[in-house]
Amino acid sequence: MRREAPQKLTDYGPLAFPAIMLIVFFVIPFGTMISVSFFQRLQGGFYTPAFVFSNYERFLSLFFANVLGFSLMLAVLVAICCVAVGVPFTYMLTKLSRRSQIVWMVALLSVLSLSEVIIGFSWSTLFSRTAGITNLLVALGLMDKAIALAPGFPAVLTAMVYQALPYTILVLYPALVRLDPTLTEAARTLGATPIRAFFSVVVPALRTTILATLIMVFIFALGSYLLPQILGRPQHWTLSVLITDQAIYQSNMPFAAAMAVFLVLVTLGLVALTLFAGRKREAVT
Amino acid sequence: MRRGCITREGPVRRPSPTPAKRGNDNGDTMPGLTLDTVRKDFGSFTAVNDVQLSVPHGTFVCMLGPSGCGKTTLLRMIAGLDLPTSGAIRLDGDDITRVPTHKRNLGMVFQSLALFPHLSVGENIAYPLRIRGAPREEQRKRVDELLAMIHLSGYADRPVAKLSGGQRQRVAIARALTRSPKLFLLDEPLSALDAKLREAMQVELRQLQQQLGITTIVVTHDQREAMTMADTVVVMNKGEIRQAASPMEIYRTPADTFVADFIGSTNLIDMDTDSTGRAVALGQAIPGLSAPGGGKAIISIRPEDVQLTAPGSEGAITGTVTFVRDLGGTIETFIDCGGKPIIAVSTPRARPDVTVGQPVGIQLDPGVCVVLAK
Repeated sequence: MRREAPQKLTDYGPLAFPAIMLIVFFVIPFGTMISVSFFQRLQGGFYTPAFVFSNYERFLSLFFANVLGFSLMLAVLVAICCVAVGVPFTYMLTKLSRRSQIVWMVALLSVLSLSEVIIGFSWSTLFSRTAGITNLLVALGLMDKAIALAPGFPAVLTAMVYQALPYTILVLYPALVRLDPTLTEAARTLGATPIRAFFSVVVPALRTTILATLIMVFIFALGSYLLPQILGRPQHWTLSVLITDQAIYQSNMPFAAAMAVFLVLVTLGLVALTLFAGRKREAVT
Repeated sequence: MRRGCITREGPVRRPSPTPAKRGNDNGDTMPGLTLDTVRKDFGSFTAVNDVQLSVPHGTFVCMLGPSGCGKTTLLRMIAGLDLPTSGAIRLDGDDITRVPTHKRNLGMVFQSLALFPHLSVGENIAYPLRIRGAPREEQRKRVDELLAMIHLSGYADRPVAKLSGGQRQRVAIARALTRSPKLFLLDEPLSALDAKLREAMQVELRQLQQQLGITTIVVTHDQREAMTMADTVVVMNKGEIRQAASPMEIYRTPADTFVADFIGSTNLIDMDTDSTGRAVALGQAIPGLSAPGGGKAIISIRPEDVQLTAPGSEGAITGTVTFVRDLGGTIETFIDCGGKPIIAVSTPRARPDVTVGQPVGIQLDPGVCVVLAK
């Protein structure tokens, strides 16, 4: 069904409510943050309105470049892990009976009710030397003695994937349920093994959904600041950790705001690049 | 060219399982498809009940039946998408019952067509070659060949979504034939097309099959489709094959009342045998007919075989006309014979001039009556 293009000003009426919500809850706070990022910090106090670039200048150092690079790399890795685990998992989930699908979904949704703090400390217990999962492996005879798995990069990655996976599955589920099951059957009758059929038919048919999921998990992971602190060493701290540190513990709001603005800009740039690359590939095929 | 040489042994379970090796002297190694007591249970529901069927190489078979009769399940078992609960499926003498689908070398057209939405027309058709790693040149050549065959040359680079229903249908057929399969399976392939296009595609599909000489099995619920295309029509009901024969044989000599009623329209008339051994139907002795075993039976007579005469004429059953449907080319007369409704279809010239409420005579010619077990 094609709708007529809006003619009069009143035709835009239905947009008023979302527009107001967007302005109040996004544009105004974000505008405040941008303006604060140019303010002058008062040593021992808070800040005074000004228009200085010192906050951004301070950011342009190798240290912050490294932290930014690590944050982006971690977020990309979390996104890739979540999709790599989530797509096959959700695909198999859609093949189950209605009843078991509901059980799985409820279990997944219950993970969402856990706070980041609880997830962080639970994993740090599981990865500890004294009470962790390595003790189980020792009991099974697979390891000689229990070791500590945290703090460390794998621990951070595991916990962040764990936290983001339910979102990944919830986003993938509708698209996979709608996918015509005869597509894989057709691929099999045409000589593809079930695994080949999955990669040559299911994955490409879902590429738009997969791209959207990657971006969503990427942005979600970029904002994580508790898990890297609980489960990582200082070199595993993300930019979000530093922003929190500056804003809350150092009371340096202008610098925190400048970092946040920079992070948002880099993120938007990367997302735009991904979408552009995705559209270009679509045009070729 | 009708071949109709299919054997049907009915839903009888064979006592002994298939011997591991079969000699060349018995008929089982002839090229073609053999279903040996194939059965499929879903829990307590039997979808396919010990089906016995052999399809000689190059035959066009239509499996026809009401929805839920097990025809699609049977096709999916032949394709390897479902495993039979028991029984064996043999192709050219080789047991393929447990062979996975992708090793069976068959082509299948699905009801939904299942064209890959992310691939172009050419890429869809080339898919079986691409996953086998065939050289690009070979893929291109085969795609061009197949596109020419389905009259869509030059469409290779179009996205599938831009095609019309009939064009998509043909692409799905071409894709199923890319590997030159031994078996060509189609599940309700034309059901999404409008009536006119469907009739054209039926003829096209039949011609294509004859040109390629490929063993083809089509599942359909449309009897016109089955009659148009098939060498052999397999009529199924409740998981069993009721009759497997040429379209003409199915129509002229149905095996039972289900087939008689399902294919075309028919009058089913109760028949009894009186004390002197004569067959009696509608209160009139019909010489030349006899019930097997001499008891009760059912006569099936096609409406166009019911002859109308003047009431009271020799050997005629008298009834009252209840409705007349004049279709121009043919006239359908609905007659009430002592409570039993009978339909007669006649051409305008060969029909006595009777109107609603008038008595009319009906002749049941024993030569066109089929006596069926009750």
